Amino acid sequence: MLHLVLFIIFGAICVAGAINLIAQKHPLYSALSLVVVMGALAAIYLLLGAEFLAAIQVIVYAGAIMVLFVFVIMLLGAGEEEHTRGSKIALIFGVPGMIVGAVLVVWVLLKSNPLGETIGVGSLYGSGQTIGRLLFGDFLLPFEITSVLILIAIMGAVVLARRES
Amino acid sequence: MNWEQIPLSYYLVLSAVLFACGITGFLIKRNIITIFMSIELMLNAVNLSFVAFASYWATIHGRPAWVQPLSGQVFVFFVMVVAAAEAAVGLGIVIAVFRTRETLNPDRVNLLKL
Repeated sequence: MLHLVLFIIFGAICVAGAINLIAQKHPLYSALSLVVVMGALAAIYLLLGAEFLAAIQVIVYAGAIMVLFVFVIMLLGAGEEEHTRGSKIALIFGVPGMIVGAVLVVWVLLKSNPLGETIGVGSLYGSGQTIGRLLFGDFLLPFEITSVLILIAIMGAVVLARRES
Repeated sequence: MNWEQIPLSYYLVLSAVLFACGITGFLIKRNIITIFMSIELMLNAVNLSFVAFASYWATIHGRPAWVQPLSGQVFVFFVMVVAAAEAAVGLGIVIAVFRTRETLNPDRVNLLKL
C-alpha cells in the first residue's frame, strides 16, 4: 500500500514537472522543472530497487547534464522564447489525434494484462556491486566502446566550442 | 491484489506519458535549448521502461535461463552515457550556431550557408 502511494506521489510529480517544462516560456524555468522530473524519477528507481541507477540519475543527470544546460542558457543569455504562429491544421487534427492516441495507449497497457504482471517490491537490488560485476563481466566490450564514445564526444565538444581564429 | 506489488502497466503508462510530454515539447517549443531538454525527457521515459522491465523479469519465476534480469539496468547506464555525450556535443553545436546566427530560434536557422 505504501509503495503504491509513493509511486503515485512521485509519478504525479514527474508528470507535473514534464508539463511545466512545456508550459514555461523561459528556458531556465524549463531546466529547473526538468531537474524536478529527474529527482522524482530517481525516487521511482529506488522504489524499483535500482539503487545504483538512482544514485547516478541524481549525479549524472540532475547534477552534470542539467548544470551543463543551465550553464549554456546563462552563457548565451537566452531570454523568453519568441512566439511564432503555429499551423492551424496541426491544432485541428493534432489535439484530437493526440487524445485518441493517448487513450489508446493507456487502454492497451492497462487492459492487455492477461497474466496480471506485477512488480514485486524489493525483489531486485541493483546495487553498485552487482551492476559493477555485470559491467566488467558480461558487458565489458560495450563498456570499453562507451569510453571511446566519450572520448570522441569530448573532442567534438572542444572542436565545436573553439573560437575560430 | 497483493498490496506489496505494483502492476507493470502503471510504470509503462507513466513512461508513455513522459515520452508524450517530451515529443510535444520537441514539436512545439521554439527554443533550441528547450528542444534538447525535451529529448532528455524522452530518454528518461525510456529509461523508466527499462528499469521497470528489469524488475519485472526479476520478479517472475519460470523465466528462461538466458534472461539476465539486471541487464535492463545496465542498458540504462549506457543510455545515460550516450545522453551525456549527446548533451556535450549538442550544446557545443548550439553555442556554435548562436555565435554565427545570434539567435536560438530554430525557425531562423534556415540557411545551410551563412
